[in-house]
Amino acid sequence: MSENIKILEEITSSEYKYGFETKIEADSAPKGLNEDIVKFISAKKNEPQWLLEWRLKAYRHWLTLTEPNWQNVNYPKINYQDIIYYSAPKPKVKLNSLDEIDPELKATFDKLGISLDEQKRLSGVAVDAVMDSVSVATTYKGKLAEQGIIFCSLSEAVQEHPELVKKYLGSVVPMTDNYFAALNSAVFSDGSFVFIPKGVRCPMELSTYFRINAANTGQFERTLIVAEDSSYVSYLEGCTAPMRDENQLHAAVVELVAMDNAEIKYSTVQNWYPGDKEGKGGIYNFVTKRGICSGVNSKISWTQVETGSSITWKYPSVILKGDNSIGEFYSVAVTNNMQQADTGTKMIHIGKNTRSRIVSKGISAGKSQNSYRGLVEVMKRAENARNFSQCDSLLMGDKCGAHTFPYIEVKNNTATVEHEATTSKIGEDQIFYCNQRGIGTEAAVALIVNGYCKEVLNQLPMEFAVEAQKLLAISLEGSVG
Amino acid sequence: MLKIKDLKASVDGKEILKGINLEVKAGEVHAIMGPNGSGKSTLASVLAGREDYEVTGGSVEFLGKDLLDLAPEERAGEGVFLAFQYPVEIPGVSNTNFLKTAVNEIRQYRKQEPLDSVTFLNIMKEKMKLVEIDQALLKRSLNEGFSGGEKKRNEIFQMAMLEPKLSILDETDSGLDIDALRIVANGVNKLKSKETASIVVTHYQRLLDYIVPDFVHVLYNGRIVKSGTKELALELEEKGYDWIKNEVKAGSAV
Repeated sequence: MSENIKILEEITSSEYKYGFETKIEADSAPKGLNEDIVKFISAKKNEPQWLLEWRLKAYRHWLTLTEPNWQNVNYPKINYQDIIYYSAPKPKVKLNSLDEIDPELKATFDKLGISLDEQKRLSGVAVDAVMDSVSVATTYKGKLAEQGIIFCSLSEAVQEHPELVKKYLGSVVPMTDNYFAALNSAVFSDGSFVFIPKGVRCPMELSTYFRINAANTGQFERTLIVAEDSSYVSYLEGCTAPMRDENQLHAAVVELVAMDNAEIKYSTVQNWYPGDKEGKGGIYNFVTKRGICSGVNSKISWTQVETGSSITWKYPSVILKGDNSIGEFYSVAVTNNMQQADTGTKMIHIGKNTRSRIVSKGISAGKSQNSYRGLVEVMKRAENARNFSQCDSLLMGDKCGAHTFPYIEVKNNTATVEHEATTSKIGEDQIFYCNQRGIGTEAAVALIVNGYCKEVLNQLPMEFAVEAQKLLAISLEGSVG
Repeated sequence: MLKIKDLKASVDGKEILKGINLEVKAGEVHAIMGPNGSGKSTLASVLAGREDYEVTGGSVEFLGKDLLDLAPEERAGEGVFLAFQYPVEIPGVSNTNFLKTAVNEIRQYRKQEPLDSVTFLNIMKEKMKLVEIDQALLKRSLNEGFSGGEKKRNEIFQMAMLEPKLSILDETDSGLDIDALRIVANGVNKLKSKETASIVVTHYQRLLDYIVPDFVHVLYNGRIVKSGTKELALELEEKGYDWIKNEVKAGSAV
């Protein structure tokens, strides 16, 4: 009996496999945060005056806020003056195509198994690679532009489509929303901008690989996706980070806007450095992700596979404003060793006949703590709103924790809200059965975990799902399993 | 093929197997019978390598290797298969996916190339006929919501797919109606060859009407107390296990 626990421990305590650092000359701001730094960032990016003022306003607001402490995580106090708020890899030449990409940068992507060339050739995925805050390669732009689709870095959008950025930036996550969103608004470095015009179905998955590089650089990504009436887009975000010693703060903001009959599918596979076995190092991932179904019959679907970060604080949410709109949240959150995750979603039902579905699968291993925190809110005029929530927890070993904090607020009595929750352990019987069929314990755990997460993995686009399965295996082999 | 010498095993400090001696040669079918609690299933589990059981003495040689020295998955790779009395359920993992993983893990152990999907599916179709298994069952999650009969049939199907050298059937007949029993037994018989051997653990004689054993051993109180040919099974059926118990008590059988 104890033998299996031992094996579980062994496989749940292996080291992070993607730790390496690319040596690229960085162009950085000095440590610390003040109005001059905000101005430095804005100037670096040649931003228009209105955006600088927006940033400054956010910064001044941030100064009035205090860091939230209600979440079920513990970490030493962050010294915000000890962080570099801007760092960009210096491209040696201006890039016109993928072939001109910095070879070292390319090698990094190759190590991660996400060669842009291959992506380009095999999957038809347009990749906007974000490395240390600045987009270094954007593909398929021409092809997308033919249909009026804009897919570029946010900095570029600020220059080329300022009217769109001005209209939508901060429209879903206001700069005053929360501590980390305010910080992001003040110092955001770059991110993606997607605009799908009326009636256009984006012909390919849009994808960004985020990667934190340059030691000590906080990452403040900002992504904005706007889908006009009757349009469709599927967006993929994936991350891995190099191993390092100091904690890194990552406070991203993602905003989605879906108009009448539009659909946005946002998928994330996140594998940032989780810290070593003692929990040292690792990324603090404090993210604000929110979408608004502003139009009738619109749909926003979040799918996330979270395996990395030492601390995850993240609640991708949907505001169901348009009548008949649909919000979905599919999540797999894996915590291992000393990782802590407090993640979930918010579904805010405002429009009539709005529907939401939440499927959350938590996996805790090692000494980690994994919390699901979700809010389902049905407003007064949301006639016939429906919600279904399922929150499952899987425990590996006997030193980890799983917690569920479901909040339900219903102000309209025509609503139907369902909540189901289960907690299970990987059974030794299951592992032995697999062993007897020739499947080693690690592979068995991977198999069982993938089975457990199937409902969520099924939501991911094919090539991403395969990657996610691998990732689950590595992080539980990790631990996974 | 298999040489068990003076095998002793205990669980939670309680000795269950008190010195088992058994030799199985290629091409043979051995039946192991005995009353409840005699150690039949323990023997099957120990051979498969279940950790709950502690081997306290003796040796097991399988095709020249020390079986007890191998991890359960290595034993499977060497060709030991256990058809479980209570097959487990694994939600979300399709039967097909599970089998493909198992087949390729075993192939890897044997340093063979993994099977591609097309070849795998063709082999699967062929073996499906052997055990008359419904295709719908293969798409479902492993054993989840399967009836008792379906689970047992699935065990035999896995056996067909994995092509073991030594198959151990642990009370495969329990919970089966007569039709299912016939199908399962037919499957086992079709898989029989000169190169393979089976150990059939059963409580009742009726399975042996379909799977005819070359040898029958009676396990009682952790020891094989009587061995014979298939007639022994019939005799047991007629006289009941009390006959054995009494013989043992009288000291004549040991």
